[in-house]
Amino acid sequence: MKGQRWTDYAILLLAIVGLWQAAYYLAGPEAITPPLATVRHLAVLMDGARFWEHARASGVAFLYACMVALAGGLVLGIAIGASPGAHQILTPILSTLYSIPKIMLYPVILLVFGLGLSAKVAFGAMHGFFPVALFAIGAIRNIPPVLLRSARVMHVARLDLVRHILLPAALPEIVTGLRIGFATTFLGTLMGEMFASSEGLGFMMIRAMDIHNVPDIMALTLLAFVVATAANTFLLAVEKRVHAHGR
Amino acid sequence: MKHPGWWRLAIVGGAVLALEIACRSGLIDRVTMVPPSQMVVALVHMMSGTPWFWSDAGATFRNIGAAIVLSIVPGFLIGLMVHALPRLRAVLNPVLFSYYSVPTFVFYPLLIVIFGIGPASLIVMGAMFGIVAMISATLVSIDRIPRVYGKAARVMRLSPWQTALRVQLPAATPHLITGIKLAVAYSVIGVIAGEFIISTAGLGRRLTLSYNGFDTATMYGLMLLIFIAVAIVNTVLQGWETRVHRRWYRL
Repeated sequence: MKGQRWTDYAILLLAIVGLWQAAYYLAGPEAITPPLATVRHLAVLMDGARFWEHARASGVAFLYACMVALAGGLVLGIAIGASPGAHQILTPILSTLYSIPKIMLYPVILLVFGLGLSAKVAFGAMHGFFPVALFAIGAIRNIPPVLLRSARVMHVARLDLVRHILLPAALPEIVTGLRIGFATTFLGTLMGEMFASSEGLGFMMIRAMDIHNVPDIMALTLLAFVVATAANTFLLAVEKRVHAHGR
Repeated sequence: MKHPGWWRLAIVGGAVLALEIACRSGLIDRVTMVPPSQMVVALVHMMSGTPWFWSDAGATFRNIGAAIVLSIVPGFLIGLMVHALPRLRAVLNPVLFSYYSVPTFVFYPLLIVIFGIGPASLIVMGAMFGIVAMISATLVSIDRIPRVYGKAARVMRLSPWQTALRVQLPAATPHLITGIKLAVAYSVIGVIAGEFIISTAGLGRRLTLSYNGFDTATMYGLMLLIFIAVAIVNTVLQGWETRVHRRWYRL
């Protein structure tokens, strides 16, 4: 079974590379670089000194944005989820805010924070904050009431209630929210760098777009995709473990 | 809590009022933000008198509409196909999840090479951004159909078509609506981002122009318009979702 999974991954990878190569033949070098050339170009890019400065800037911005989005989203989400009244009133507001295209707010972020780290962090955090909060609300709301009732009947102490009943019941969905928040913060940070920054990988992307440097665009996108997929695969594995544990 | 709607209105109203006061008193300067009342005035002014407004707004909303259709219909069909192939799905899963970590619109310049500057590039951009949400939602929606429905359909000797249309599709609808909501949101992002980067018409382009020209009132008026449009669509879909949910999960 395990062996088959790896064979399937290999087939998928081959299929992607094949489609990519075919797209190259169809669209031409003006639009796409072929897979091998893209990997080579990425290696060349990563060899340059400036690249690692940009990568570091992105990493720092992403870390801060994650801290703000995940911590803020969790605290607000749990607080709202724990109070039925607040949930009824505030959750629709949060889900409307979640659905607005935050990219249109980039001029506001620029005007408020100026060009730089805080703008990127704000952009990243506002992408991750809402999904984390909404999933945390859902996690608390979906705790079966029978658990709470039985706990009351058994006179479970408040601290034990949180530790042994609420947390295990809510954790799987919270972890799902954190994974999605992580992914959207990554996207938000890159977008922030594209529109509100002068350093970072997102900035390298938008610069490459402006001068139509196709090899750079392809190589940087490949890098972003590989990093995001690796991080997501890891978080999905963690999530699966938490979900299995909860059962 | 008897009237959550009124409380909500009070909270949103209070926030808008606070913003209005902060802007009018000079706490927030005029270049950063204009008072909400002036955003409305700017929007009304644009709608009634500005020559470019209707053609640009029309172009943007047309492109978004086309992108939404092109992400929902093919996304649903691809979702059905992938669901029928569990091995493909197992390996595709991490890719589906990481898709939304990458700003897909970096490919926009490449789309321009292929489709030229104009609606086609923007529509493909929006559809590319929205389709994966619909694929994922379709997969989930089929997973969540209770097995017992299939058994009931067999007991009642429904044909495969009847089972699909009368049982499976309605049962999958709640999660499909969630997918539609996401596809709408992402299509909007794709189209507007494309307009920001390179375009000859559209609200995104006007937004960038007004930002570059320090025309803060116009800028916020345009944002208000996009916000209102998205909020209306979202509320309609949310209402549909709640109704369907209530029908299926009568509690």
